[in-house]
Amino acid sequence: MLLKNLKKTLLILSLGFTAATQAQDVKLLNVSYDPTRELYVEFNKAFAEHWQKTEKQKVTISQSHGGSGKQARAVIDGLEADVVTLALAYDVDALYQEAKLIPEDWLSKLPNNSAPYTSTIVFLVRSGNPKKIKDWDDLVKPGVEVITPNPKTSGGARWNYLAAWAYAKQTQGSDEAAKEFVTKLFKNVPVLDSGARGSTTTFVQRGIGDVFLSWENEAFLALNELGKDKFEIVVPSLSILAEPSVAVVDKNVEKHGTRKVAEAYLKFLYTKTGQDIAGKNYYRPRDAEVAAKYADVFPEINLVTIDEAFGGWSKAQAEHFNDGGVFDQIYKPGAR
Amino acid sequence: MSGAVSSLNRRALRATDATTEPLWVRILLTAIALSFLALFLVIPLIAVFTEAFSRGADVYWAAITEPDAWHAIKLTLLAAAISVPLNVVFGLSAAWAITKFHFRGKQALITLIDLPFAVSPVVAGLIYVLLFGAQSWLGPWLSDNNIKIIFAVPGIVLATVFVTFPFIARELIPLMEEQGTSYEEASLTLGASGWQTFWRVTLPSIKWGLLYGIILCNARAMGEFGAVSVVSGHIRGQTNTLPLHIEILYNEYQFAAAFAAASLLAGLALITLVVKSLLEWHHVREREKAVRAASQQA
Repeated sequence: MLLKNLKKTLLILSLGFTAATQAQDVKLLNVSYDPTRELYVEFNKAFAEHWQKTEKQKVTISQSHGGSGKQARAVIDGLEADVVTLALAYDVDALYQEAKLIPEDWLSKLPNNSAPYTSTIVFLVRSGNPKKIKDWDDLVKPGVEVITPNPKTSGGARWNYLAAWAYAKQTQGSDEAAKEFVTKLFKNVPVLDSGARGSTTTFVQRGIGDVFLSWENEAFLALNELGKDKFEIVVPSLSILAEPSVAVVDKNVEKHGTRKVAEAYLKFLYTKTGQDIAGKNYYRPRDAEVAAKYADVFPEINLVTIDEAFGGWSKAQAEHFNDGGVFDQIYKPGAR
Repeated sequence: MSGAVSSLNRRALRATDATTEPLWVRILLTAIALSFLALFLVIPLIAVFTEAFSRGADVYWAAITEPDAWHAIKLTLLAAAISVPLNVVFGLSAAWAITKFHFRGKQALITLIDLPFAVSPVVAGLIYVLLFGAQSWLGPWLSDNNIKIIFAVPGIVLATVFVTFPFIARELIPLMEEQGTSYEEASLTLGASGWQTFWRVTLPSIKWGLLYGIILCNARAMGEFGAVSVVSGHIRGQTNTLPLHIEILYNEYQFAAAFAAASLLAGLALITLVVKSLLEWHHVREREKAVRAASQQA
C-alpha cells in the first residue's frame, strides 16, 4: 500500500516533469563548473535574446554548478545535461570514457579544442603582499601558507598543480626536481577544499593562508566583489594555458530533441557577443579582435600548454592524479 | 508535641542545606549555562538575522521573492509535505507493530529504524545514486521510460524520507511501550474490532507524542542538506531546496541574500519550535485538568 502510493507519487511527479519539457518553449540544461556562475548568467540572457530574435522561440537555460569532476560524475550518473561546460577536457572526456554519452572525437567538434575561452592560474595575495610573494619559488618557502583546492576533485586545482610542475621542470630541468618542488608546495597547504569556490571562501572569508592559487577570472572576481583594497593579484613568470572545454551531450539532446538549440548555444560562445561576455567576465577570449579589446586587463604571461608540457590530459591524469599517481605519493593528509 | 515540631523544622532545615550549594557555585553554574547558550545559540541566531537585514529590508525582500529562491522554498515545503505524511503512516505502523505485538525479528526491525540516524546523510544520498543512477542496473530502464528519480524532485523526496525515517517511530515506541497493551486488550475483550481499537483507544493516548514526532520530522525534512545535496544535481529553479539555495548564494558572494534565505529557514524552525512548546504547554494543562478532575471525584 505504502509502496504503491510512493510509486504512484513518483510516477506522477516524473510525468509532470517530462510533460513540462515537451512544451513549445525549449529548455536547456548547462552543467558547468564552479567559477562560471557569473559568466553564464550574462551569456544565457544574451543567447536567449539571440534565439528569440532568430528562431522566434523562447529558450530557458538552467544552470548547475559545482566542482568540475563532481559535475561530470553527476552527468554520468544521470543528470540530463544538454551541454557541459567544464574546467578541463579530461572531465568532459569522462562522459565518453565512462558512459559513451558523447562521441570519442568530441574535442574536434568545435574550434580551438572545443574551448571557446581560456584562462590561467595566478596568485591572489593579501593587500600589500606581506610575504613578498613574486613567483612560484616563494610558495615553497617555509612559513608560507598556500591555498588550493583538491586536485582529485577540482579542475582548477589540477591546473594549479600542473602549472607548478611545469615551472619547476622548466627552471630545474628534471621530473625528479619538479616532484620535489610540488611536494614542498603541498606541504604548505593547510586545507584542501573540494572545489575552486570553496577555496576562495577559505582564503577570502575565513582569512586562512597567505597566497591562493586561483583561476585568473576567480581572482578578478574576488577582487571586485570583496574590495580591491584587500587583495592583490600576483602574476607568476610562467603559468599554464587552461582550456575549459564545452560539449553537447549527444545522448541527452537526442532524448530531449534539443540538438539544434544546444549546438547553437555552444557556437554562440564563439561569436563576438559571446567572446565579449567571456572577456567581461575575465575569461581570455579566443577571438583576436575581442582579445585586443581586453589586452590591458590580462597581463602577458609565458603560458605552457598541457599538450607540450605533459603530452595531453589523459597522460597527465594517469600519471599525476589517478589513484596511486604522483599526487597520491606526495600528498598524505596528516603527514605534514 | 512542640519537641516534635522543632525536630521536624530542624530536619527540614537540614534537608534544604543538603540540597543547596553555596551561592557562588550556583552563580557560577548558572553563568556557565547561560553563556554557553548565548555563545552557541542566541548570538549566532541573532547574527543570521542582522546579516540578513544588513542591506535593508528591500534587499531582504528581493532575496526571498526572487524566482529561484521562491522555487527553492516551494520545493522544500513540497518535500516536507510528502515525506512527513509518509513517515507518519510508517512510524505509526512500525511503533504499533513493535509495541503491541510479539514477533520474530522485532529487534532487527528496531535496529533498521535507527539506521538513518546512524548512517551519514551523504551515504544516504549515494545509496539512491547507486540504485537509480544512469549507471545502475535500474538506470537504462528508467531512462527508456523517461522516469527521472535522482537529479529530480522524486530523488529529493526519497532522500528526505530516508533521513527523516526514524523521527516519528522513535518518538512513539517508548511512549507506547510505557502504556502497555492493557487498554487495547480491554477494548478487544469488549468486542471492538482492531481498527476501532486503534482509532478509539490507541490513537487518542499517543496523539501528543505523535504530534511531537511530526514536528521534529518536519523540522529535519525542511533542513536536510547532505543527502539532498547528493541527489539534487543543483539545477537552479528546479532541484534546489532552501538549504542548497543558501549555499549557492553564499558561494556567489551574495551574503545578504544568503543570510536572508538562512533567516527564513531559521524562522521556519523557530515557528516549529513555538508550535511544539504550545503543544507541550497545552498537553501539560490538559493533564493537570484530568488530575484535578480525578482528585475531585475522589
